[in-house]
Amino acid sequence: MRFLVTAIVAYLLYLLLTIGSGTLLLWNAAELIIGAIFALVVAALVKNRYLKRSLRMLNPVRWFIWFIYLFPFLFAMAQANVDVAYRVLTGRINPGIVKISPKLKTDMALTILANSITLTPGTLSINVDEETNDLYVHWINVKPEVLKEMPRDYHPICNSFPDWARRIAG
Amino acid sequence: MGALNIVTYIFIVIGLFFNVVGCIGLNRFPDVYTRLHAATKCTTFGSIFLIMAVIVQSVGIWAMEGALSSQSILSIHAVIALVALLITNATGAHAIARAAHRSGEKPARAVVDDLEGKDIDD
Repeated sequence: MRFLVTAIVAYLLYLLLTIGSGTLLLWNAAELIIGAIFALVVAALVKNRYLKRSLRMLNPVRWFIWFIYLFPFLFAMAQANVDVAYRVLTGRINPGIVKISPKLKTDMALTILANSITLTPGTLSINVDEETNDLYVHWINVKPEVLKEMPRDYHPICNSFPDWARRIAG
Repeated sequence: MGALNIVTYIFIVIGLFFNVVGCIGLNRFPDVYTRLHAATKCTTFGSIFLIMAVIVQSVGIWAMEGALSSQSILSIHAVIALVALLITNATGAHAIARAAHRSGEKPARAVVDDLEGKDIDD
């Protein structure tokens, strides 16, 4: 099952890359055959890495939530870039490394969160504690009120991205 | 075609602005972590706009010709490049930051360091 899913995803990606190459639908026969062979080879090689435990990411509802998530994400990303541009030009920084505990359970959710954090306002994920799933985040402009309590409140650091990650892949 | 070209130029200018800011940040910031901020965020965002300029031009050609040609296929390839860029840029930044912290690089001018002295290994 994992083998099949991986092969199909690889094949679809190959078809997307070679779209418009011929007249058989949108592809030519050689591309279709070579793509299928490569998809099978790739699937045989990586099936145990690509899908770890479950097939839950195939659920279209999760894909839909992911698509919705793109909008707040892109908005936050635009904000981040204006913010970093401002700090580059003025040199006003107040950096530090903070620990957040988003309480996510799956690797996929943690990956989505870590990548989102890196691409958005003034934060960069550095390390992850794989036992407790805590993230260590480099924050370019540390707000003093967050430092007072020890399980840090993640809302000032990364908005509500952990909630989104939980909805997509939790 | 005129309006399309104007949109393309606007995207290119925005993209270049953010890429230049990223380069300036790379020189101005004090340590590896803050430099990574400039290097990842600004160059990713700038490159998104450059890729969007390619997509706009390519979709314009697609709409004009009404059929898939080597130039209109460029828009599909550009979208794939965009997705790959978003994923690899963030992941690469994690790898560099983690390596820097493990090799003992201290964050300059840090007010707090929760990771200090912790040994997280796998």
